[in-house]
Amino acid sequence: MIKVVFFAALREQLNCSELSLPSEHLTTVAQVKAVLAAKSEQWQQLFANGSLLAAVNHQMVNNDFAVNAGDEVAFFPPVTGG
Amino acid sequence: MPITEHPEISIQTADFSLADEVALLEQDNAVDGAVVTFTGRVRNQNEGKSVTSLTLEHYPGMTEKSLASIISQAKQRWRIGRVKVIHRVGELFIGDQIVFVGVTSKHRKDAYAANEFIMDYLKIKAPFWKKETSEAGENWLDAKGSDEDKAAQW
Repeated sequence: MIKVVFFAALREQLNCSELSLPSEHLTTVAQVKAVLAAKSEQWQQLFANGSLLAAVNHQMVNNDFAVNAGDEVAFFPPVTGG
Repeated sequence: MPITEHPEISIQTADFSLADEVALLEQDNAVDGAVVTFTGRVRNQNEGKSVTSLTLEHYPGMTEKSLASIISQAKQRWRIGRVKVIHRVGELFIGDQIVFVGVTSKHRKDAYAANEFIMDYLKIKAPFWKKETSEAGENWLDAKGSDEDKAAQW
């Protein structure tokens, strides 16, 4: 399984802070995103936002980054700390 | 306060004391003649709206790793001694302290530069998000392009 977590505005808009996806056939962050976007029209719209950032196992990555069973994949808006 | 494996980093809901943090940076540290600190606070307005509070969310685990990586880059670029980064999370009100960055070095130039570098990178890399409560209601803040530009200068 792959654990997927969401933060901030995205978490609120999805009304979901985390979920698990079966890891078969998921080899990249882009594929994880596509599976999530297929959940509903609203999810599709939210994941179409090109400014969303992704992290795998706490490391900021690009969409073509590889994912494996047991990974934690995170999606969130651009950061606004400090 | 969560247990952290990074003594230079603290993510906390509690307030911090500038005097206490400076004392820790200076304690038993006779080699560094420079101590540079930055404190960020909640402003009373943002983009023309009156702000009443901010709520800060973060990504536990990733936040600490991200800040540790920024500190380690600063140590590679400048000759610095001690570093401390504190970032508060949860609900904060006008005038409350949000963030602290303290850096020591033998001479002031390294501590000044490293301190600004750490803040600039924290702004664009560390997974914190601010939700603002103002007269207009609740609103997640958008990232500023100017912060990206600022960090790109290093």
